[in-house]
Amino acid sequence: MNDPLKRSHEPIFWLLFGAGGMLAAMLGAMLVFLLAFGVPSGLLPAEALSYTTMRDFAGNVFGKGFLFAVVALFFWHAVHRIFHSLHDIGIHAGLPARVLVYGTAAIGTLIAAAALLAIGF
Amino acid sequence: MKPQTKTVAVLRYRPEQDKEPFWQDYEVPFAEDTSVLAALNYIKDELDGTLSFRWSCRQAICGSCGLMIGGKPRLACKTFLRDFEGKVTVEALAHFPIERDLVVVMDDFIAKLERVKPWLMPREERAPEDGEYRQTPQEMSLYEQFAGCINCGLCYAACPQVGLNPNFLGPGAIALLHRYNLDSRDGGSEERMKLISAELGVFNCTAVGYCSAVCPKIVDPANAVNVNKMNSARDYFFRFLPRPAPKGGCQ
Repeated sequence: MNDPLKRSHEPIFWLLFGAGGMLAAMLGAMLVFLLAFGVPSGLLPAEALSYTTMRDFAGNVFGKGFLFAVVALFFWHAVHRIFHSLHDIGIHAGLPARVLVYGTAAIGTLIAAAALLAIGF
Repeated sequence: MKPQTKTVAVLRYRPEQDKEPFWQDYEVPFAEDTSVLAALNYIKDELDGTLSFRWSCRQAICGSCGLMIGGKPRLACKTFLRDFEGKVTVEALAHFPIERDLVVVMDDFIAKLERVKPWLMPREERAPEDGEYRQTPQEMSLYEQFAGCINCGLCYAACPQVGLNPNFLGPGAIALLHRYNLDSRDGGSEERMKLISAELGVFNCTAVGYCSAVCPKIVDPANAVNVNKMNSARDYFFRFLPRPAPKGGCQ
């Protein structure tokens, strides 16, 4: 084996992936239910997701934290899974794919942070 | 009464005369207790002496007869013809180069096992007059499960990531590494950490878990690999902090 014992930087991405995965497992199904079925079907009151309610939610410091964690960590989780799935189906895209997928998550994270800050407190 | 027979299809490859592997069918008489290994021995003794395969103990302890049987990694001695409908396919272990017929080249696998330094590196050196390195049953129970490995290679044939990246240290070697790291008498964890955290290490694993599913000795290599992902992540971020004093050696 000609493999230098170079340290892998995977822990950074693996921990973000794991954090996103745990959040997705705990909240993902509930969020899909609320956003895609609960309110649209009238099971829950429409005001629950009204503009003013959601704006107030995003204005609250805890609401901001929740939205940021959900958007950013779901992003890191998704791109990590996409990158490794590409590898699994035989597309060993290497560094360019790495930059593309993790870059997307990084940009998504920045946009989420900027948008939440722009809404103000 | 004429005994029942079953078709055993064997993937043959004789490097001196075959360009590539090909299937050859054999009709083998079988009973309730005929293992695939017994069928191969029947073929070798009665039908075709040119067939090559490895075996030794016939009781799932030597780890020699790992094969792809019905497309899955299994020990030939622990797999029975009665469990297959119709034809039984028998091939050399996946992800290993074929040397001849069902015999594979194990060199790379053995080299990986050696790389994890699978021996006790004593936490504290003791002279013979200091007595033996003692251990409580509770301390032993931590690693006992991982000590059951018979180096049969089934987990390597099962692991899709070994198939994609042959440099990956792989499930069996990491389970063996974990067995020594968990041993209260051992002090080599830090040295082995280099291997876990390297590019050939645990992060090649995508937590498929098939390695543990196929293990004939109920070792759980997937657990060893995934526990070490967290160990490696901890090492990655906290390696610059002063290390806590190692846990005391056994008395």
